[in-house]
Amino acid sequence: MNLWLIPFFPLIGFLLNGLFGKRLSKSLINMFAIGSVAISLIYIAVLLANIWPINTPYVDHGFTWIQSGFLTVGFDLVVDRLSAVMLLIVAGVGLLIHIYAIGYMEHESGYYRFFSYLNLFMFFMLILVLSANLLLMFVGWEGVGLCSYLLVSFYFLEDYATGAGNKAFIVNRIGDFGFSLGIFLTVVAFKTLDFGKIASAVSTMPVEAGISTVTAITLLLFVGAVGKSAQLPLYVWLPDAMAAPTPVSALIHAATMVTAGVYMIARMSFLYDHAPFAMHLVAILGVLTAIFAATIGMAQMDIKKVFAYSTVSQLGYMFLGVGLGAYSAGIFHLMTHAFFKALLFLGAGSVIHGLSGEQDLRHMGGLRKVMPITCITLAVASLAISGVPGFSGFFSKDAILSAAYAKSQWMFWLGAFTAGITAFYVFRAFFLAFFGEYRGHHHPHESPFIMTVPLIVLALLSAGGGFIPVLGWLSPQYPLMEHESSVAMGISAAFGIIGILIAAFIYVVRPALADRFRTAAGPLYTLVANKYYVDEFYFAFVVRPLEGISRFVLWRGMDETLIDTGMVTGLARTIRGWGSLLRQLQSGSIRNYATWVLAGSLLVIFVLGLVGGGR
Amino acid sequence: MVPLSWYLLLSAILFVLGVAGFVYRKSVITVFMSIELMLNAVNLSFVAFSYELRRIDGHIYSFFVMVVAAAEAAVGLAIILTIFKNRGTLQIDEVDSMKL
Repeated sequence: MNLWLIPFFPLIGFLLNGLFGKRLSKSLINMFAIGSVAISLIYIAVLLANIWPINTPYVDHGFTWIQSGFLTVGFDLVVDRLSAVMLLIVAGVGLLIHIYAIGYMEHESGYYRFFSYLNLFMFFMLILVLSANLLLMFVGWEGVGLCSYLLVSFYFLEDYATGAGNKAFIVNRIGDFGFSLGIFLTVVAFKTLDFGKIASAVSTMPVEAGISTVTAITLLLFVGAVGKSAQLPLYVWLPDAMAAPTPVSALIHAATMVTAGVYMIARMSFLYDHAPFAMHLVAILGVLTAIFAATIGMAQMDIKKVFAYSTVSQLGYMFLGVGLGAYSAGIFHLMTHAFFKALLFLGAGSVIHGLSGEQDLRHMGGLRKVMPITCITLAVASLAISGVPGFSGFFSKDAILSAAYAKSQWMFWLGAFTAGITAFYVFRAFFLAFFGEYRGHHHPHESPFIMTVPLIVLALLSAGGGFIPVLGWLSPQYPLMEHESSVAMGISAAFGIIGILIAAFIYVVRPALADRFRTAAGPLYTLVANKYYVDEFYFAFVVRPLEGISRFVLWRGMDETLIDTGMVTGLARTIRGWGSLLRQLQSGSIRNYATWVLAGSLLVIFVLGLVGGGR
Repeated sequence: MVPLSWYLLLSAILFVLGVAGFVYRKSVITVFMSIELMLNAVNLSFVAFSYELRRIDGHIYSFFVMVVAAAEAAVGLAIILTIFKNRGTLQIDEVDSMKL
């Protein structure tokens, strides 16, 4: 079986739509875009069936890509139990979102451009998932970042979209800088980038107590994960990335790309297992991000922003999981999150589509009557993310919180509390949109079947996804920690249900309460609604100084003064100055020249006499 | 017998006269003649040294100089004729079109 065929199909789709899309009909574009992903998914299914059960990693050595001294990097792809899960998530959810996008993007210009970017994204994401060495993973890693940029800036005539695209790209530079340093350090330390070889090399090393090479590598790679997966302090790009069309938010900024950091840590678990310090940091940052983003989500009025902060928060959970060593729990949550968060976004997209682009929760309300399918599916997604027992989010969140309960009490309580906040703000958005009276001025309508069918499929997955035995499936690769705790389960579920009840009470039973709470909270509400002023802080302390340095030191100082004035025009001016001085010699008068000849000969004679030449 | 120094002195005087004429005279013809004078002053030195040192080199050099001088006279006079044809003057200060 050729593994390279998996990402190859979306690449073909990208090339066809990207090169000829302008002249193709919509149905042809759809066929290429959706067909390529569908073929890829079918191929993955056939492949997995063929190599079932994947007890040993199935490696496909492609060509040798780089051969330099001791370093050999090949185009090597690998399918093991971890990447099998990821492949199915990426291709499966990706396919559903592609189908949904047909309906969502129907009236948009740049239709072919959208789908070619989406296919390109699938290509890079599959490369990232399949790669068997760090460098190839980095190719996919950067590629999905590029596609994220292209798609965030999709409405490139709007300032906010290009600004958000730039922000996403630039913030990710910080993370990717760390990631590339991590790769360099890996080359230095292990002389190879192949996952298998690094794993066998590191298995003979002791677990590092302090901070040494392995810890440094893992921390640097984690910097990359912090950028890509929008964790504190680099999360700021993700909420802005909501400028992208909603299917993009669902696919890239919820289900797949942003989870790449979690996947990377699970993939590199052999290194992280040897770096307890890095693991601890991952877990702490994860749980802090979870609660930090969740509190911001409580006060957002843009439905997509609510879900964006929720994504940041849920990614924090995943990092908490992998940081505690519960890799399979993290991946499990990654999967269920892909289902319910994609569904939340697609549902939000359906609402936005039905309201002709309205995103503000204040201008929604009462939509459950006109959008029954969207309403029910979104309810399922909300129940799943809230961790209501029986729904998918419950099982995966419980797996993470059980691990926290066993290892670190304060992380557990913070995580459980976050679960309550999560339930509250998701249902707040849900109730604001679907209950009460309609407060907008559009004519809401239910979305077409092409959009609602993916919603229904995702709703089924969100409801039943918890019964997919991911933990057991991954147990040969990541030993299961036997600490399923009914206490943890009960507490987190209780927090979730309490959160839902509070939201229901405030926004359905007594709608007037919300305003009273807002005024009562006063400055606290303002602080949260303005996202703790983190963007303003970054702007004042990072963007402005950088801009100042660029403008006054690099541009005015280096470029204009030193290079332009000093070197380029300076050189020309110096030469011209000397030239106009020497030009005075060219008088045109022959007698003048004769005098110079005389003076010259006298000088030669004089010098010869002085040094005693000629003898 | 006339001592060598006399020849050399005469040669030097002739050379300096040539230089002076070359630098100060205004007519192209005179300047040209001054160059010839300098060449002949040098020739005189060559021949005087050759006679004094009983060596043939000096004579040969002076022949070379004569050949060069003859060629130079031919080319130089042709140039001077052309200048006169084009400009109608042989005043050296008026031939200054090489100025920037």
